[in-house]
Parts: sequence; C-alpha cells; structure tokens
Amino acid sequence: MSVLLQVRKTAQPAPATVSEPRRRPSRRAILLLSAAAIWILGFLVLNGTATLALPASELTDLHRSLNQFNAWVAANRADNPLFLYVFTPLRSAVDAVASLFTTTFAATATGLRLPEIGWLGTVGLLTWIALAVGNVRVALLTAAVFVFFGIQGLFVEATYTFALVLTAVLLTLLVGIPLGILAGIYGRVARVITPVLDFMQTLPTFVYLAPLALVFLIGPASAVIATVIYAAPPVIRLTAHGIRRIPDNTREASDSLGTTGLQRLLTLQLPMARRTIVMGINQGTMAALSMVTIAALIAAPGLGQTVVRALQSLDVGTAVNAGLSIVLLAIVLDRVTTAASRRAEPGSARRRRLSRRTRTVLLGISFAVVLVMVQLSRTVLWAAAFPADLNLGPQIVQAVNSASHWLQSNLSLFTVSLREGVTGAVLNPFQSLLTDTPFYVLVTVIAIVAYALGGWKLATLATACLGVIIYLGLWSDSMVTLAGTLVATAVVMVLGIVFGVAMGRSSRVDQFLRPLLDAGQTMPSFVYLVPFLGLFGATRFTAIVAGIIYAAPVAIKITADGISGISPTVVESAVASGSTPWQVITKVQLPMARQSLALAANQGLIYVLAMVVVGALVGAGGLGYDVVAGFVQSSIFGKGLAAGLAIVFLGIMMDRMTQAAAAAPARRIPSKSTT
Amino acid sequence: MMKAERLIKRTLPAMAGAAAAALLLAGCGGASVNQTAAAAGATGTPCGTVNVAMNAWVGYTADAAVYSYVAKNKLGCSIVQKDLNEQVSWQGLASGEVDLIIENWGHADLTKQYITDQKVAVDAGPTGNEGHIGWYVPPWMAEKYPDITDGQNLNKYASLFTTSESGGKGQVLDGDPAFVTNDEALVKNLNLDYKVVFAGSEAALIQSFRTAQQNKTPLLGYFYEPQWFLSEVPLKKVNLPAWTEGCDANPEKVACDYPTYKLNKIISKKLDDSGSPAAKLAKGFTWTNEDQNSVATDIQGGMTPEAAAKKWVDAHQSVVDKWLS
Repeated sequence: MSVLLQVRKTAQPAPATVSEPRRRPSRRAILLLSAAAIWILGFLVLNGTATLALPASELTDLHRSLNQFNAWVAANRADNPLFLYVFTPLRSAVDAVASLFTTTFAATATGLRLPEIGWLGTVGLLTWIALAVGNVRVALLTAAVFVFFGIQGLFVEATYTFALVLTAVLLTLLVGIPLGILAGIYGRVARVITPVLDFMQTLPTFVYLAPLALVFLIGPASAVIATVIYAAPPVIRLTAHGIRRIPDNTREASDSLGTTGLQRLLTLQLPMARRTIVMGINQGTMAALSMVTIAALIAAPGLGQTVVRALQSLDVGTAVNAGLSIVLLAIVLDRVTTAASRRAEPGSARRRRLSRRTRTVLLGISFAVVLVMVQLSRTVLWAAAFPADLNLGPQIVQAVNSASHWLQSNLSLFTVSLREGVTGAVLNPFQSLLTDTPFYVLVTVIAIVAYALGGWKLATLATACLGVIIYLGLWSDSMVTLAGTLVATAVVMVLGIVFGVAMGRSSRVDQFLRPLLDAGQTMPSFVYLVPFLGLFGATRFTAIVAGIIYAAPVAIKITADGISGISPTVVESAVASGSTPWQVITKVQLPMARQSLALAANQGLIYVLAMVVVGALVGAGGLGYDVVAGFVQSSIFGKGLAAGLAIVFLGIMMDRMTQAAAAAPARRIPSKSTT
Repeated sequence: MMKAERLIKRTLPAMAGAAAAALLLAGCGGASVNQTAAAAGATGTPCGTVNVAMNAWVGYTADAAVYSYVAKNKLGCSIVQKDLNEQVSWQGLASGEVDLIIENWGHADLTKQYITDQKVAVDAGPTGNEGHIGWYVPPWMAEKYPDITDGQNLNKYASLFTTSESGGKGQVLDGDPAFVTNDEALVKNLNLDYKVVFAGSEAALIQSFRTAQQNKTPLLGYFYEPQWFLSEVPLKKVNLPAWTEGCDANPEKVACDYPTYKLNKIISKKLDDSGSPAAKLAKGFTWTNEDQNSVATDIQGGMTPEAAAKKWVDAHQSVVDKWLS
C-alpha cells in the first residue's frame, strides 16, 4: 500500500490557486451542510426503519449460491480439466519450489527433521548474500538477527517464514517484472492492468485466503500463491513506473542510434530503471512477509503459526516473542533490499572505498569460509540444530508474561474504563447513527457529499459502490465497519496533525521520530494486535486501537512532508508580521498543507480498513467478522466471500472520495483549515 | 552496455555462490547428520511422519499431546503439529497436510464431504469422550436467580446481561468463530432479546467466566465439556428446548439445544493405508473425560503439553499398552 502512496505522491501538490475575491459561502459548504442536515433529520425521524439489518446467522440467496462454489470445487477436483491441467500442476510446481527452500533452510520431513543446511550454515550463507548484494553493515545485522532467532528459541519457525518469503518473492519477480515491463512500455497494457492492481490492493488478505485454500488446498503452496497475489502489485507498479520515468530525450537518443526494441529494453530501459525495480523488490518483500504470517491460517508453517496460537490462548509472552522475530525479520529484509537498491543506484560504484577487484577477492575468501560453515552444519550436530543451552525463549516468554500480568492487574481499571468510555461515548452513538438511519437516506447523503467533492462522476461511482453493497446483502455490517473505520481515521488524523506539525516544524523531532515511523511501517499488520489484546481484551475497541497504530505512521509522515514543504519565506513573513506560533500553525501551515492532509486522510483510511479485517481476529464486528467467520465455517463461506467484496467496494468508495478531496483546489489561504 | 556488464559482474558471484551451495548439497547428500542420527533412532516398524492438526482448545491439546507423546516415544514417529481451525483441518485431510484430527465434534456435513464422497479420510472411532455444548451461567447467578437455568426465562433477565458490545440487548458470549455454534440462529429462532458477541478464543471465554464469578458480575456464555475449567468454576447449564433428531439439520432454522456429541478421531486415508503403527494407535486411542481434564488442568497450570502427557502416560501405563496392542 505504501506503493500507492509513492506513486500518488509524485502527482502531488498543485500550487494553491491565486486567491479569489471574497465570495458567498462556497457551494461545496452548502452541499455538505445540507447533507449533514438530511442525515440528522433522517436519523431522528426515521430511526430504525429500512436499516437492511441481516442477522448474523441468516444468508441471502446470493450467499447461498456463493456457497455452491464450495460444493462445485469438491465435485470437480478429480476430473475437471481446469483442475487436472491448471490448478493441480500449478499447486505441485509451487509446492516443489517451496519445499526446496523449506528443506534447505528450515526442516526436512525425514530423520531428525534437520534442514539441509543447519543453523550455522544458514547464518553464514545469508550473511554472505547480504554482504554481496548490500554492504558490511547489513551483513552484520543479518548475522546478529538470525543468531538472535536461535536465542529466542524460534530459529526453525523463523527460517520457515524466511523460506516461504523467499519462494514467494522469487515467484513474484517471475510474474511481476515481465508484467511491469509490458505495462511500462505499452500504455494500453498499463491501462488494463492498473484497475486490476487497484482491486488487488484493496482486497483484504483474508478474502482471498478462503477461495484459494478451497482451490489449491491448504498448505505452503496456497500460502505462497496468496502471497504472490498480494506482493505482485507493488513490483509491477514500480517496474512500470521506473521504465516510464526515463526521459524522452534519452530514449530518442538511443533510438536515433538505431536500437531495436529488445536492445533498447536491455541496454537502456532496464539499466536506467534498475533502482526503481529494486525498490519494487523491497516493497514486494515486505508485503510478502506480512502475508506469509497471515497465511498461517491456511497451514503455512512458521512464525505466523506461533502468533496465531498465542492469540488464541491469550499467551501474550509467546505472541510478543514471535512478534519480535517477525519485526526483526522485516527489518533485515528491508535493510538488505534497501542497501541493494542503493548499490543499484547509477554512479554508486564511484563512491565506493574498495576497488572492484579487492571486493571480489574478499567476497571469494568469505565464500570459502561460508562453504566450510555449511559443511559443518551438515555433519556436526551442534552446528545443525541451534544449541538448546542458548535458547532463552522460555525466559523471554515468562518475563513478558509477568510484565503483562502486572500491567493487566494494575492498569485494568484504567484500560477497562477507557475502553468502556470510548465505546459508550463515541463508538456506539456514531455506529447507531450509521446503522439506524434508513439506507436510502444514507445513500443520498453520501451521494451529495461525493457530488460536492468530485462532481457527478464521483457521485455516480459512490452510489454504484453502495448499490453493490446493498446487493451483496451486507449493508448493516458495512455500516458497522464504516463506523469503526471513520472513528479510527479521525484519531489517526489528530495524531497525524499533532506529530506531523511537530516534525514539520523541528528537524530534531523529525530525526528522532522518522526511524520509529519507518520501523512501524515495515511491520506486518498481524503484530499490532498482540499488545492491545493483552491490554483491552477482544472487543471492537481493541481492533480500532490496533488500526490507529497501524495507520498513524503513514499519516504522520505525509503531514510532516506537507508542512516542511511549505516555502520558508511564507512562514517567515508570518512570523515577521507578529504571528504567534499557534497562529502560524493554524492560519498558515495547516491551511497551506491542506492537500497533504487530505492525502494523509486517504492513506490513513485505506490502512485502517485493511486493519479492520485483521482486527476481526480480536473482536471487531461487521464485515471483518463475516470474512473471518466465512473462512472458518463452511456453512457461511458465501457470506464471507460477499463480505470481502463489500470491503473492496467500501474501500474504493472512500479512496476515491478522499482522493477527490485531496485533488480539489485549495480555498483562500486565511480561511479556516478543513480536514 | 557498461551498466549491464556491471550488473552481471555483481550478480555473478551471488549466482555462482548459490550454485556452488546447491552442488555442495547434492554432493554431500549421503553424509548428513540428519540421516545418520535418524537411522540410529528408529526401532521396530517404521512409523514415518504424522501431521496432527491442533485445534484451539485445551482439551484438544491434551488429546494431541498424549497421542504425540506415545507415538514419538513408543513408536518412533516424527510428529508435526499444525495449528489449524476445525474446518480448515478437514481440508488438510484432502491436501495431505493433515493426517489426524484427534477430537472431532460432529460435523456431519464435513463427514459426508470428506469421508463418504471424496474418500480422503477415515473415521478412527470414538475418543471415549462425550461432548456437551450449551449456554452456561456462573454458579452465583444460578443461586441468586434459580429460574435462570430455564431457557424460557432468559428474556426476563436480558437487561442484566447488557454490555457496551451488545447494543442494548443481552449478551451471549461466544468463543472462537471457528467453534461449532448455532447461537446466532438460536437467538433469532427462539425470539430471545440477545445478541451474540465473540470473545475470540477459549482462553478469553474462560477468563470472562472466571472474572464474572469472582466479581459476581452477570455473564451468559457458550461453553462445553469435557473442560478442565468446570472443576475450577462449576458453571450451570441453561436448558434450551431439548434436542431431537434432525432439529438442527438446517443451520439457519435451528431452535433446539445442542446434541450430545460422541467425539471421534479422523485420520487421513493416506495414513490408514500406509499400515503405519501411528494409524493403529490413532484407532486404539480412548480415554475418559476425567483423563482429559487431568491432562488439560496440568497444561493450564503451566506444564508444557509434553510434560503433562508424560505424567499421565507414566501413571496409566496399562491403558497405553492396550492402545498399542
């Protein structure tokens, strides 16, 4: 999703239009006010009618027919040509690749279940690869982190996860780079592929786990396929972007030398797009890690399984321990691929201290050492399985557990009253404002708002999305999800403004916060559930808090960039004319960063929405619950599928509306800021 | 051209390294510590690897722990435990990811799909445990409001059970959405003024009941036995209209209590056909609700499942011998 952001950011702030002469309250304000009035009136007068509520146990005919998919797959698995010649061979092929890597790094199916390369060899080999594609610093980081996995007692789980990520990333590149090249060269391909990618990125991960598991059966193969689907969009997008970004005159210069299409691709376009492509690999890897952990639900081995089991038994210690491993793995993957992209930067060779020859020699020597380590790890037990004496996992788990018990017993008064207070005072009233208002009133209200933001086209789109949701039979659940998402996004925006302004105004705060935010963004969504489950128990509130924490970093960063992007002259002239800092913020900086704020709201919404589904694992209701329940109960499989689609349409609607708000020309500068 | 060349130069060592590593692997295939140690470890009939699905309740963990302990230590099997939801585990029987579900609760539809139709799984007989699912209240409530255990009176007490999650109605607290449940349908079809709220897991459910009993706060929730927790807090069952044959055939129209489940074991056809002693052990495995509760209590008390299993097996050697013979 952060790719979406990067691509969008390039199309960013159009300079504020020249201030117009004073005018009546804008048409937009009138429209928005009247929409609010209709909503409140509709809620008060028609409360509880036409709410389209569907009890959780009930299905619509559409859901029942989607359920048939389940039976159809079961009936056709053995003899349908689609299965015989496409799905089953695909599954076996992916399975073969996955088991190649898992047996190499994690565990074999025979004997002592030791991997082909024991822990010492794995650490050596991976460190060497980090050195070869990156630099000494990331190599040391890799070695330290993989040894730490052993100390945590999670070496096998971590290498399982790593092996699956590796498989998924390789397959993603195999699919993604050619598609990206095509989309970069041919505009027509890009136009066809972009909406598909949009759709894939809004689709919550849970939704395609269920049908994929049905078709490809559970196990590492379907986990890898699901991961490829999730990780491919950023790779495709960035590859295409890198190729399209090459200046026309460079291309023309090469054309005038008479290069053919293939020559141009190999000698000009790919080398010049290399850095962007490697950035795509970075994004794809992070996405893959986040999906591989969630794929634990369909029997993907690794750290995800440990987290799932811990969430189910409320074992905060184990969950934190495994969560920490995931975070560390994320950091290693991120740093190594980032270092590789730096290395891929044109001209980086000149800045290096070592000559190419020395480097090659050094790499050669260290590789010989690695070979010895690999051989050792295959023949000596202490180098094959991580020594049990060094396993501090149980101690870590116990320490975290006692800390969490202490927190729970000492903070429970605070956390429970906070949870009950927020749920009772904000969440429930707002949710009933959405669920108890007749659907036609809300559709009208949303259409008016969409019209005010983006004209007829957007109004039509919003109405169509809501129409689909009604057709899917999940209006009421969608409104529950919408309520949670909007509440969380509002908090995200408050955090975004507070911290974003602080960062935008002071480079010291920025330097302190930015690495924290970067780290926050690389973490898989799953991990966020763990600490809040311990503090707040399984409720909607917990899911919302997790969503806020998940979405806040991106909103803060965009806001900070918006604030620091304002011309210093403007700020200085405001200070010179005697404005207090508060006045500078509210009258100058925030209004001028309005488009960044809207963009932050856009990204915040999408992130929160993605989290709301995962949050269903800890008690978020609405569509997320339908998706999760459909995944685990075959009788409501169809409803879960429908709920997944409903989330996509809800997401598309909110995305387009906030994008329109971001793109709309700013009003006169001195007027009050809007969010 | 220069750049492409440099790219190749840089990636070449990496490629060569990977290739060398692969060659090395192939070359030394025979001498691995993994295989030699394995050959020494195996005695008697080869057992191979058994994939055990791990569903998320402690009773299940107890069964699986004892099975795994015996299979590993008496038969020399490799046991792989996979944390999976109930219904997802059944899919694993078809894909080969799962060989054994050691405590199955009913699931007539899945039995038909995987055992009768697809023939990828085999019923390995009862575990000896009898399962009951129902709605329960903490004991202090049954004392204070004696008529609450009659399902007819639930609406009278609905206001007691309201929470911030239940939207003004009484709350029925359910466990994991993956558990066998008709509660949503029951609330609707029995016209109860309640809303089903999911605690998310067995652990959360137990914690809620424990707090409710300690603080004397009202709670109505989904629960089941065999369950070790019932010996800590003897929850009282609320009687819903009694189960009759076929009253729960249509999941949307259910208006009766849960049946008594004869819990059974399911093994994959593959394991059954392999003639592995692990299949025989799976078929032989039976014990009582007390046995399961004692192992589960130990696990809950902080013992590792393996240690708890060892303790039970050491104390019940004769039972285990009967499974194996």
